[in-house]
Amino acid sequence: MTYAIAAEGLRKRYGHTLALDGVDLAVGEGTVHGLLGPNGAGKTTAVRILTTLSRPDGGAARVAGFDVVRQAADVRRGIGLVGQHAALDEVLSGRQNLVMFGRLHHLRPAAARARADELLARFGLADTDTKPVGHYSGGMRRRLDLAVGMICSPPVLFLDEPTTGLDPRGRTEVWEAVRGLVAEGTTVLLTTQYLEEADQLASRVSVVDAGRVVAEGSPDELKSALGGDRLDVVVRHTADLPAAAAIVGRVTGARGDVSVDVDADSRRVGAPVRDRSAALPEVLRALDAAGITVEDIAVRRPTLDEVFLHLTGTENSTENSTRKGAAA
Amino acid sequence: MSMTVTAPEIPRTAAARLRWALADGWTVTLRDLTHWARKPGQVVAGLLFPVMIVLMFGYVFGGGMAVPGGGDYREYLMPGMYAMTMLFGIEATFTAVARDAAKGVTDRFRSLPIASSAVVLGRSVADMLNTVLGLLVMIACGLAVGWRWHEGAVRAALAVGLLLLLRFAFLWVGIYLGLTLGGPEAVMAVQILVWPIGFLSSAFAWTGTMPGWLAAVAEWNPLSATMAATRDLFGNPGAGGTTWIAEHAAVMALVWPLLLIAVFLPLSVRRYRRLDR
Ligand SMILES: Nc1ncnc2c1ncn2[C@@H]1O[C@H](COP(=O)(O)OP(=O)(O)OP(=O)(O)O)[C@@H](O)[C@H]1O
Ligand SMILES: [Mg+2]
Repeated sequence: MTYAIAAEGLRKRYGHTLALDGVDLAVGEGTVHGLLGPNGAGKTTAVRILTTLSRPDGGAARVAGFDVVRQAADVRRGIGLVGQHAALDEVLSGRQNLVMFGRLHHLRPAAARARADELLARFGLADTDTKPVGHYSGGMRRRLDLAVGMICSPPVLFLDEPTTGLDPRGRTEVWEAVRGLVAEGTTVLLTTQYLEEADQLASRVSVVDAGRVVAEGSPDELKSALGGDRLDVVVRHTADLPAAAAIVGRVTGARGDVSVDVDADSRRVGAPVRDRSAALPEVLRALDAAGITVEDIAVRRPTLDEVFLHLTGTENSTENSTRKGAAA
Repeated sequence: MSMTVTAPEIPRTAAARLRWALADGWTVTLRDLTHWARKPGQVVAGLLFPVMIVLMFGYVFGGGMAVPGGGDYREYLMPGMYAMTMLFGIEATFTAVARDAAKGVTDRFRSLPIASSAVVLGRSVADMLNTVLGLLVMIACGLAVGWRWHEGAVRAALAVGLLLLLRFAFLWVGIYLGLTLGGPEAVMAVQILVWPIGFLSSAFAWTGTMPGWLAAVAEWNPLSATMAATRDLFGNPGAGGTTWIAEHAAVMALVWPLLLIAVFLPLSVRRYRRLDR
């Protein structure tokens, strides 16, 4: 397999902060690779190095076939960058932004205008074309920002948290656009706080924490690594939660090392299970015997959220869960 | 997607690369010109601000100002105001550069396959065009309040050339500060720098009326060199002096800007390339 992005031992230090501490990455051509990590993990730093905006202190990387330090100009020809914060001219209209950046990609004036109109239509911005970007909503800005990053259908596209701040519809639009690009052969490196996004789009995921890759694999592999299936019980009364947690813990064999999750807001108790066919009826029977009313019970695969929490020990800040570990 | 667009090959010959850099520079300049068209109020305010100062000093404070040789105060004031206008330009350059850096637009430019010189070139052409416009407005204002050039068109044109050279030097100071000081809010800091430099010169008052140490500071101010040199070229009162620096104003009006350019141009280019935030 040829790699569109190949990085080895990337290191970057800012003063006393080691932003990257030996990051390896291998992204196959035409795939979507997710870079997942809590705030300050080093995602943006990695993207900045791979897009030639910043020099690594150590290690090496090749993007689109060229070295990011020694052949920066060639790398720039093969990449598109959509940074974490919208980078647009706020006085110009969306169309004027697209035409300007198209011209800077050396499209002829007519081609730049045609491309601008096409992208405005595709991202649902066609009716805003004379409004200055400064008056756009956050979501519109984000979509325009993406459109600018896609002007030249770059072979390798970097998206740093592309859907942060978008409503569900905007997010779906972005996902569709990314899928469309990938179908044409574009390679995408995507950083995200939304684990669902990595699950939806990425074929492989690197989990980054404190400047290091702590896990790498397909979303399914990462989920299996957490230990198979999980059992979830939702009870009717919050007061029943401790008793339910104790029962679930006993049946699934959870001890001090494997925790039972209790979420008071959704009145949910969850734990990993080894033998799903035996555990489900047993838990139901035990709960019934204890007089606890069950609203919902299911065995399911772990979410990437749980993988993330397990690997980094950090609550994903964008999900407002109040999950607490409770050993039964 | 209905249309796949790919970027053309990077040109390999020096001539083709230069053509690209010029084209990219022009694209960046056009962007600024579009700003003017979309925000004409801001442009007009920028042009009228120095006019207001002329009226204030020319008519409100001007009566009490001593002019060497007893010349007309407004004749003395105008060349000073022209140079001041060049100085105020720093704020415009700074704000534009700092805003782009803060908004990530600079980073986006840096991730594109364009020469770093192109962005800077585009910025300087736009600012110089704005300056020429501003200078024309100021000259019209000067003519309206009774200022004249007395030594012929050639020497007047030379004086304008010196003023534009000074603005070009300040342009690089503005770019460097814009890339170095954080966001556009820091324009306050730049104003705190700009105003004393403007007033501690021979713009409004003849240095002969200042206490000794202040006169020395004002005379060594790069602005004063350009002011004295242009007063001489326009044939306005107040040129010349007894100190070394005042006698060599014409040379210093070249030396100061060239020195500023020699320092701040390479600093800015380095800062732009290394911008690592
Ligand atoms: N220019 C800089 N100067 C100093 N420290 C920096 C700089 N850029 C990043 N850092 C530090 O490096 C670390 C990694 O930052 P980075 O922006 O790469 O994280 P991130 O994973 O993108 O986080 P987020 O999810 O919040 O965007 C952080 O501790 C950050 O404070
Ligand atoms: Mg980031």
